[in-house]
Amino acid sequence: MAGADGDDSLYPIAVLIDELRNEDVQLRLNSIKKLSTIALALGVERTRTELLPFLTDTIYDEDEVLLALAEQLGNFTMLVGGPEYVHCLLPPLESLATVEETVVRDKAVESLRKISQEHSPVDLEVHFEPLVKRLSCGDWFTSRTSACGLFSVCYPRVSSTVKAEIRQHFRTLCSDDTPMVRRAAASKLGEFARVLELDYVRSDIISLFTALASDEQDSVRLLAVEACVSIATLLPQEDLETLVMPTLRQAAEDKSWRVRYMVADKFSELQKAVGPEITKNDLVPAFQNLLKDCEAEVRAAAANKVKEFCENLPEDNREQIIMTHILPCVKELVSDTNQHVKSALALVIMGLSAILGKDNTIEHLLPLFLAQLKDECPEVRLNIISNLDCVNEVIGIRQLSQSLLPAIVELAEDAKWRVRLAIIEYMPLLAGQLGVEFFDEKLNTLCMAWLIDHVYAIREAATCNLMKLVERFGAEWAQNTIVPKVLGMANDPNYLHRMTTLFCINALSEACGQDITTKQMLPVVLKMSNDQVANVRFNVAKSLQKIGPILDGSTLRDEVKPVLEKLATDTDMDVKYFAQEAISVLPWHK
Amino acid sequence: MSAISAAEKVDGFTRKSVRKAQKQRKSPSSSQYRTQIAPVELSSLPQLKDAPSTEQQELFTQKLQQCCMLFDFLDSVTDLKNKEIKRATLNELVDYVSTNRGVLVESAYPEITTMISTNIFRTLAPSDNPDFDPEEDEPTLEASWPHIQLVYEFLLRFLENPDFQPSIAKRYIDQKFVLQLLELFDSEDPRERDFLKTILHRIYGKFLGLRAFIRKQINNIFLRFIYETEHFNGVAELLEILGSIINGFALPLKAEHKQFLMKVLIPLHTAKGLALFHAQLAYCVVQFLEKDPTLTEPVIRGLLKFWPKTCSQKEVMFLGEIEEILDVIEPTQFKKIQEPMFKQISKCVANPHFQVAERALYFWNNEYILSLIEENIDKVLPIMFCSLYRISKEHWNPTIVALVYNVLKTLMEMNCTLFDELTSSYKSDRQREKKKEQERDDLWRKLDELKLSNSTLEQNNSHKLLSVQNNNKNSNNNNRGSQ
Repeated sequence: MAGADGDDSLYPIAVLIDELRNEDVQLRLNSIKKLSTIALALGVERTRTELLPFLTDTIYDEDEVLLALAEQLGNFTMLVGGPEYVHCLLPPLESLATVEETVVRDKAVESLRKISQEHSPVDLEVHFEPLVKRLSCGDWFTSRTSACGLFSVCYPRVSSTVKAEIRQHFRTLCSDDTPMVRRAAASKLGEFARVLELDYVRSDIISLFTALASDEQDSVRLLAVEACVSIATLLPQEDLETLVMPTLRQAAEDKSWRVRYMVADKFSELQKAVGPEITKNDLVPAFQNLLKDCEAEVRAAAANKVKEFCENLPEDNREQIIMTHILPCVKELVSDTNQHVKSALALVIMGLSAILGKDNTIEHLLPLFLAQLKDECPEVRLNIISNLDCVNEVIGIRQLSQSLLPAIVELAEDAKWRVRLAIIEYMPLLAGQLGVEFFDEKLNTLCMAWLIDHVYAIREAATCNLMKLVERFGAEWAQNTIVPKVLGMANDPNYLHRMTTLFCINALSEACGQDITTKQMLPVVLKMSNDQVANVRFNVAKSLQKIGPILDGSTLRDEVKPVLEKLATDTDMDVKYFAQEAISVLPWHK
Repeated sequence: MSAISAAEKVDGFTRKSVRKAQKQRKSPSSSQYRTQIAPVELSSLPQLKDAPSTEQQELFTQKLQQCCMLFDFLDSVTDLKNKEIKRATLNELVDYVSTNRGVLVESAYPEITTMISTNIFRTLAPSDNPDFDPEEDEPTLEASWPHIQLVYEFLLRFLENPDFQPSIAKRYIDQKFVLQLLELFDSEDPRERDFLKTILHRIYGKFLGLRAFIRKQINNIFLRFIYETEHFNGVAELLEILGSIINGFALPLKAEHKQFLMKVLIPLHTAKGLALFHAQLAYCVVQFLEKDPTLTEPVIRGLLKFWPKTCSQKEVMFLGEIEEILDVIEPTQFKKIQEPMFKQISKCVANPHFQVAERALYFWNNEYILSLIEENIDKVLPIMFCSLYRISKEHWNPTIVALVYNVLKTLMEMNCTLFDELTSSYKSDRQREKKKEQERDDLWRKLDELKLSNSTLEQNNSHKLLSVQNNNKNSNNNNRGSQ
């Protein structure tokens, strides 16, 4: 354990510090990232007395180096000698918490929060809390911003006098002159409220919350919405109406769309926090307004919450609220002018069927699903298709299949390959819900057509899709419907299609089992070893390597080995390589 | 923002084309939110010029009130008649305040500012294009421009009217007014920002009491832009105003102004969209240095600290700014900063991106810079020599090689002896560097071994460290080329 005491002869601190001072930023960065190694070499004593002062005094550096330093110091407790000495880390972190660059500052605050837990209550009051105070009174906005993140970690563990001071400092920062600081304070308001005693939440937090929620800058107001969730959760039901709701109502009708967007975005959380009564009286109309907002951003955020909102409505009159208040808005959104709104809705609308039950779904929702399935925007259609399972459970997919098929076919032939890719991914799901008959009749041709798509990613996905279908419908189905078609492609004039045969075999052999693989697939693969295109030949070698383990020992030795040996003497380098690899890997002696 | 672009999810590759398609469909944006209930019919009032002078003031007020009516311009077919009446009235008002004397009586001020505030102060609509790239995309134009333009015009004429009295107006054109005006600089519509620029400049000129406040708020906008949102459309316009404000600063500069330079203007260089406002920014910086040359060293150090690491386009801009600074630098200041600065220039000269290398080499075409280099050749040459010598043999671009030869020739003529010394010691220097690198590797290897043997002492960090080391190795390799 030479290192623990520091070995001067080997690692004089001067050398290490030279490294930290190197002219080259990259080398400095590397050294900082290995700061723990340096500290270990120096031992705890010298780390405390030499390294940390050096870091505190002389680091004026590029932000990237500072970021690394801020992160390192958060894990340094053991390297300075444990919790007893952890306060030695405060000076460098304090100066890092005042730098301009946000990422550095945030990291310093994160590290400070981390090591605050390692302080004893006494150290917290003697060392940590004064630091928080200094930061919160700093000249430049950066230190005050950082202070906002530190109040909540020390508050629970200090004496009541110090607590009062902390509350005072937080209050001051909430009305800071600089909007950056007010934003920081507003974003920590909820967190701070959670560690406060309930009386102080009522007396202090509410007034701060109200003030921030009517700040002149919308960027501050919107952060108050976030805090609203925490505050409403903390307060007893009877306080909410007077203390929280006026502000929340105002936020939902704010003149800035950013604030309304935030309300829409946090709607489910708000709904849970204020409880069923207020939801019924206040949030339902507010939600209706958000769904009808003049800005598409707000409508989309609200549309996203439709299902969750409905789900969390009080059960006794949920259906009535949805049918009379929410559904009319949803109907309008289906034909919204903005495609983001429509696709946000399409993502959740199917979820309503489980809440409304079979009859309502058929009567009211089905027309909406069908309309969205015919939407001009592929994203909307995809979102509907991706959530088919929700409807399937309630009314069965048959109700939709009439419209579903044209929608699927159209997506399957979309000009954008990523749209085609997306629909392929839903095929196994669709197949499972539509059943084998429907599939064979309507979708099988599509799945086969993808195998000869001109985009490789689609062919690849199609191959994988076949594998999943076989897993679902079984080997016998595979043998009758897809294996012949796949093998037929081995004679295609296009070598890319011939290769697709091989890729399919790779994917299907395991699901199909030994019998089909040996009797039907293997002969085709072996025959293809004479293909004139080298790419096909080396893929034969790869395929043999892949399906080899499924075959029995004698087939392997008698049929596969000679072919691989022949390929291993091929004129093409790659063919040789893959053949040799297959030979070396396959289990010849099983 | 909210709705992650659908097209992006579906097909990342065709984003551009989808955006283009969106653009064709989109309607220009407007952003009044539930401002008023069903619009009332506007009645055509008699012309101001036809009214007897005793009634003019009353009519003027009526017309101002009439213009507080807002219309929905997203719907281009409704209210055509009313829109036309308002347009004509606004035109008349503009004409009225710009050609007549004695119309700005005290009672008109609140009516005027109410009309202006009602029309122009609004929350800007979300951008149609969530990843609007000001360098490439067409801006969304303000839909209600036919009216708003006239209101801006009116405001400007109001401020410029010879009868205009700031002492009365300051009751209405106050901090809140200015704050809302500043927020509008985020408008995507360049026509609007242009008006705002002139208007804010006038306000800054006429309202002494608002000056500090305006500067502070611009400060806040920039800081938010740099450290929080990276998005604000009006940075160039605000900088343009600041350029002339800085020009008027009294000497010696106040601490507040220096702080603005170091803590706001210099960090502004880190912005992603620097290209959009670099000219204005560099102008401001140079203005500062012309006022107070002692700021040169901290400014250049600041630029060096934020020197772009991966964006060659920005590097070229930085080099341009350095040259602008060198154009006005005092020889004493040059001496203070030459070492770190030429270390950077030497890296730029060796940059594999030929535009960066070329821009740096162009410094040697500048007579004043050449004279400064010559004066300090014993310091500059040793820093530059290694890069130039290496590049003269290695750079892929023949133009750069040719330029480097010229520069080497110029430098050699400045101090032939030193040049020969450096040439002869080039090889041994490289070897010494290599040896040093070897020693460093050894040191770290030993430290790592030590750490391994101590791994019990330090259970929690070891995993992280290993991965960090791997990363370091990679980044080391990547970097070697450019050093």
